[in-house]
Amino acid sequence: MTAPGRSGLVFREPLLFESSRPGRRGVPLDPPDVPPVDAARELGAELVRDDVPDFPELAELDVVRHFTRLSQWNYGIDSGFFPLGSCTMKYNPKLNETVARMPGFAAVHPLADERDLQGWLALACELEAALAEISGLDRVTVQPAAGAQGEFVGVRMIQAYHRARGDEKRTRVLIPDTAHGTNPASAALNGLEVVEVKSGADGIVHPEALAALCDDRTSALMLTNPNTLGLFESHVEKLAEVVHAAGGLVYLDGANMNALMGVAKPGHMGVDVMHFNLHKTFSTPHGGGGPGAGPVAVRNPLAPFLPVPVIRREGDRCVLDDEFPHSIGRVHGWYGNAGIWLRALAYIRTLGAAGLAEVTARAALNANYVLESLRGAYDVPHDRRVMHECVLTDRRQLAHGVTTADIAKRLMDYGYHPPTIYFPLVVAGALMIEPTECESQETLDGFIEAMRSIAREAETEPGLVTGAPSRPVVRRLDEVRAARKPRLRWTRSG
Amino acid sequence: MLARVGVASLDELFASVPAGLRSRAELKLPPALDERALLRFAGSFAAENANVQASPSFLGGGAYHHFIPSAVDALASRGEFMTAYTPYQAEVSQGTLQMIFEFQTLICQLTGLEVANASLYDGASAVAEAALMAARLTRRTRIGVSAGLHRHWRQVLDTYASGIGLERVTLPLDASGRTSLGALSDDLAAVIVQSPNFVGCIEDLGAAANAAHARGALAVAATSEALSLALLRSPGELGCDVACGDAQSFGLPLSFGGPYAGFLAAREKAVRQLPGRLIGESVDSAGERAFVMTLTTREQHIRREKATSNICTNQGLCALRVTIWLALLGRQGIRRLAEQNVALASYARRELARAGIAQVYATPVFNEFTVEVPKLPAVLERCRAQGLQPGVPLARFFPEHANRLLVCVTEMNTRAQIDALVRELAA
Repeated sequence: MTAPGRSGLVFREPLLFESSRPGRRGVPLDPPDVPPVDAARELGAELVRDDVPDFPELAELDVVRHFTRLSQWNYGIDSGFFPLGSCTMKYNPKLNETVARMPGFAAVHPLADERDLQGWLALACELEAALAEISGLDRVTVQPAAGAQGEFVGVRMIQAYHRARGDEKRTRVLIPDTAHGTNPASAALNGLEVVEVKSGADGIVHPEALAALCDDRTSALMLTNPNTLGLFESHVEKLAEVVHAAGGLVYLDGANMNALMGVAKPGHMGVDVMHFNLHKTFSTPHGGGGPGAGPVAVRNPLAPFLPVPVIRREGDRCVLDDEFPHSIGRVHGWYGNAGIWLRALAYIRTLGAAGLAEVTARAALNANYVLESLRGAYDVPHDRRVMHECVLTDRRQLAHGVTTADIAKRLMDYGYHPPTIYFPLVVAGALMIEPTECESQETLDGFIEAMRSIAREAETEPGLVTGAPSRPVVRRLDEVRAARKPRLRWTRSG
Repeated sequence: MLARVGVASLDELFASVPAGLRSRAELKLPPALDERALLRFAGSFAAENANVQASPSFLGGGAYHHFIPSAVDALASRGEFMTAYTPYQAEVSQGTLQMIFEFQTLICQLTGLEVANASLYDGASAVAEAALMAARLTRRTRIGVSAGLHRHWRQVLDTYASGIGLERVTLPLDASGRTSLGALSDDLAAVIVQSPNFVGCIEDLGAAANAAHARGALAVAATSEALSLALLRSPGELGCDVACGDAQSFGLPLSFGGPYAGFLAAREKAVRQLPGRLIGESVDSAGERAFVMTLTTREQHIRREKATSNICTNQGLCALRVTIWLALLGRQGIRRLAEQNVALASYARRELARAGIAQVYATPVFNEFTVEVPKLPAVLERCRAQGLQPGVPLARFFPEHANRLLVCVTEMNTRAQIDALVRELAA
């Protein structure tokens, strides 16, 4: 097949520190119109440093070229198809960036008088209301800065709920083996014990397996639905019943809300607490690894434990309310990753109810289309219809010495970002593909053809696959060497 | 596409969702807006906020109005940076990876320490993670925390520390506005001191480090005004083991408090207890230098409940802005900018003193200071009526100090603005 990529000029680019030249300056800074002071005299010589040794010295054009060249070594959604499962790499509308840059948002200090923050606060209320509606839950906090912080907050609120009822011995969190690693880590950060729930051969959790682990020590079940295999946990109501009967609560990891919006509400499934990932479901840029935002939605009985300050309406005004005696406290230095809320609200408002439901349907169509198209070439571990993502494995290719990692690297040569690999852990050699709703049939067909072509290469010319990639700016990385002798910063001495 | 999938309608794709769970009605959301309408909608909210570009502001207290060169927005807006994700696939993420390696290096240079991670959510989470790290390193469970730590950061630290049963002991400020280090106990994992502290005073980090070490504790330096690192002796040079804080001053807009970028740096020997991502140098199969995520066995996606932190997504794009900003300002620029802040704050302090507005503390400051303003609540109302944000009333955090105002002066303030501030506060 013809790969969508062709060669272009890719520049070498040294580190900022290596390009630095003594005395070179970037932006000019004229002195202010007040008398200059000698810092050492003003503050005392013992407080003032001489210099920041080896700090870069570059002209503005040096800096512009440096970062332009670095950017060209990256692959983003704007570059091409990015089916990174569980991360929902959908198009990030440029309009939302324009909104976030408006000085009426970007140049607003978080400690301004509350009366002068009404725009920001009203917007937070509006986003909270939309997320409450989408989740089918009652109250929302937009404070958590990312999904993992949302998990921490949600689990903490569940603990606070149990304690407020005098129920002190609930120290165990049940987590399916398909869960994201953040789930057990967030439970541990709350001082809780993690109990793994085995999913069935069909890839989902069964009530009997869960019931066997539930008792009066059960704090919560942390469920991802649809799960990381892309499968809807169809026993979810029964699972919730089992946990509730034991006195525990149900937490939903909302990483995969792109499969549920407008189709079903977590609140109707027995979920008590959930987090959203605004950078997944609601199109805010992933930014090379953040910033994200991880709002948490809860049922009313958990509302007293929301992190402070709570943002809420009071008559025709919005207020920052610190008077929540049962609150779990604060998790962010201010109110959250506010700039991310804006982008998410802009996304929700430009799509509306019908648009969001269509997003979900198209995401599911695209995932199933990829699954059905690749069934002939790759092993499918759980042969069921999927929601927003699908999981394949390298089982057939292994016979030729070709692994999931090789397939991922070879995809780069064909011009695609690889899927998530070796996750979920319950599937050996997993390739987790999430196309999202944004991609056209032509784009999907191109990817499918590349995947088929790689499957053929694995049989006929496996060296092409195991030696990949050859077209990105660097060849395959030596990860072992990096970990054995960690070199985590540049120094003059090397 | 439906035919290949083997369904007759999109609806059939959701057959695995029990019928009783399917939503029958559309979501109750306001009608969809096109781009023009959305901009009007957003603009109507924006108009309800006080904007530091439109009217003078002396607000600081953990979020600072600094100069952002145009090239920062231009470069950070590139889709290849903005629409990429965590660099799991190193070969197609070298841009992000090299940038973070540069970020880690810049943070090490500024803090005088040996290793830094790829960023945390914000200064508050960086302090909390520093405390947790110190507890792991020392196997102790009490943390000494200066009363000069940003009030919100302290609250976040409390939330995180209480989760795993770490006790907090508050170290009060003395009359000079510096942390009182006289009564440290022998069981502390860390002594956390912010400098400049929340009331503006520059702390004696060397004394804090010595006092901490004498009790077997780690010395943790926090800063909310990262620009001060360009001018003040670094935490590492002064003997601190960990430096953490917020890099918002380096090119991140105020944006109502986020997104910002937390940083965390430590000594080399602590590296395996650092939370969050680390980028390391390696080579590719052709022997070319390349960068890759490393020491990932500390992290949640490998270690799950035994990870050093639950953090996954961090603040990549914010770290990019910080790296670009620091590169544009450069060795001379950051120093010059820091000195301009000192000069402007010094001018404001002198003029206020001449007008009879007293400084609360005599200790040296960087760009923020606390003054006592008679009848402050009335003064604040008068300023607001004129569109002037004169500072942060400390009564918000310390109700006993009804007339104390925390004033921050940066390079974005002009002499004329300072003169107007003095007139209003002294009137």
